[in-house]
Amino acid sequence: MKYLIGKPGWLLLLALGLAFPFLAKNDYHLTVMSTAYIFALATVGLNLITGYTGQFNLAHSGFMAVGAYTVGILTVDYQVSFWIAFALSGVVATLLGFFLGLVSLRLKGHYFSIFTLCVGYIMFLVIEKWESLTHGTVGIIGIPAPTAIGPVSFDSPRSLYYLVFFFLVIGVWFMHRIVNSLLGRTFVAIRNSDDLAESLGIPLMRNKLLAFMLSVFYAGLAGGLYAGFVRFLGPGLAGVEHTFDMTMYMLVGGLGTLLGPLLGALSVPWLTQYLQFLQEYRFIVFGPILILLVIFLPHGIVGTFMGWRARREALAVPAARPATTASETPVAQPGGSHA
Amino acid sequence: MLEIRNLTKRFGGLAAVNDVSTTIERGKIHAVIGPNGAGKTTFFNLVSGVHRPTSGSVHFEGLDVTQLRADQIARLGVSRTFQTTALFDMASVVDNLIVGHRLRTESGLFDVLVNSARLRREEKVCREKAREALDFVGLSHIANRMAGDISQEERKRVAFALAFSTGPKLVLLDEPAGGVNPEETEGLADLIRKMVKHGLTVCLVEHKMDMIMRLADRITVLNYGEKIAEGTPAEVRANPAVIDAYLGSEHADV
Repeated sequence: MKYLIGKPGWLLLLALGLAFPFLAKNDYHLTVMSTAYIFALATVGLNLITGYTGQFNLAHSGFMAVGAYTVGILTVDYQVSFWIAFALSGVVATLLGFFLGLVSLRLKGHYFSIFTLCVGYIMFLVIEKWESLTHGTVGIIGIPAPTAIGPVSFDSPRSLYYLVFFFLVIGVWFMHRIVNSLLGRTFVAIRNSDDLAESLGIPLMRNKLLAFMLSVFYAGLAGGLYAGFVRFLGPGLAGVEHTFDMTMYMLVGGLGTLLGPLLGALSVPWLTQYLQFLQEYRFIVFGPILILLVIFLPHGIVGTFMGWRARREALAVPAARPATTASETPVAQPGGSHA
Repeated sequence: MLEIRNLTKRFGGLAAVNDVSTTIERGKIHAVIGPNGAGKTTFFNLVSGVHRPTSGSVHFEGLDVTQLRADQIARLGVSRTFQTTALFDMASVVDNLIVGHRLRTESGLFDVLVNSARLRREEKVCREKAREALDFVGLSHIANRMAGDISQEERKRVAFALAFSTGPKLVLLDEPAGGVNPEETEGLADLIRKMVKHGLTVCLVEHKMDMIMRLADRITVLNYGEKIAEGTPAEVRANPAVIDAYLGSEHADV
């Protein structure tokens, strides 16, 4: 088991991801997995503000839709090339995140969540009603596929799969950098207690806003990918149920862990696929599983495992010496790493 | 070092702190005492920038800090602890302390993205400061223990270590010995003396009278938000207004 922790584990996941198209039975499986990756990318972003910084944002799918519509509108109505539109999808979402964050992050705790819930709904309404810009309920049809980069074209499910996988890997890698750095620790300090963090000299607004903008940048890019992958957009993408789905992925895997949301975002959609025959009733199966999970594994699968491991490691250290005598010699060992 | 002039804070019609003036001298232990609801914690919140006063001023080393935010005041060298310390229970004690030195670092998002030399250097410094602080409070033996598994007294010491790692000149301790037994209280008092010996100035709010009387150089007594007495422990103990308002019969027979 311990050989799977840290770098080897991530490399194994990378290898599995690269090999998946050769293991998948048909294109449909590839499509399911690619879609899961897109939402995984958005979830990894959501986890930064909700899981690491402790600000439960419920407008996340709205930002994803903003990214998606940026690509949709620019490519279909203004004939902008996909890649430029895609780059702008992250930028537009981040810019909007700056202004909305500036207002919403003044609120704390549940008030922030309720406020962003409303913001998300307003984003949905604007997309649905502003027909001259967004095509309203008709949606945007005929979004071009990502244009070829040199010899690499994206016209097959397999190449699209690798494209999406590439961005997920980059996204997770950057997130890994962020959360394990001083910056990530700053965010976690705010989550633990913003009063304490502020008394430690951490400017709350600036850091929360940064986390929020980074988070919706991921949502915007995921939306841009979604537009290029599905090639059809409706206002439903902004629906709050997508945010709740992503929240579920985080809870299943483990809030505030890097691997957790990824695991949740990849496993839950497959479970949904297998329960497809139950149609809407599948939540009869889903609901109880989720409740049991929250009761018995409140830190999610990854969070619980990491807690268990950290505790075991902590117990292993003083075992070498009598734990009762307060020995003053520092224990030379690098601190626990975050998965 | 810290000069407080006519400090007043009103919440609606209630004056939680009313026209309090005092001076905290460098290298001393200054205690603020008073019955429950006397405004001690509000007083701390005003001084540390959590709340803005309704009127009055706070000067730290000659600089007017009345309108500054808590994080700005912390960067000037005023650190505080809370009655309860919220730690990240799922991480080790030393990991919890690394962020304590964050305010003395510069690295931002760009450093993180390119993994700059500055970021690596600052992370190293933060880790060293965390270890130093743990050493200082006598907890290096539990550096790798999960923060959720440590005792109340150890938690208090971690709070001290967090405050210490910010590199402060003045430390405000809010009930540093709340909820720990007498023996441990003595240990914490020793730690406070050690901080002063280390060149820090300490201001604390505390309920444990015997600890205060032996520890403090100077005591300010608040009652209903107003300062009713100030002086050395002996002076305060002898002050009839204090005996009336606070110490009462409990201390009359000492």
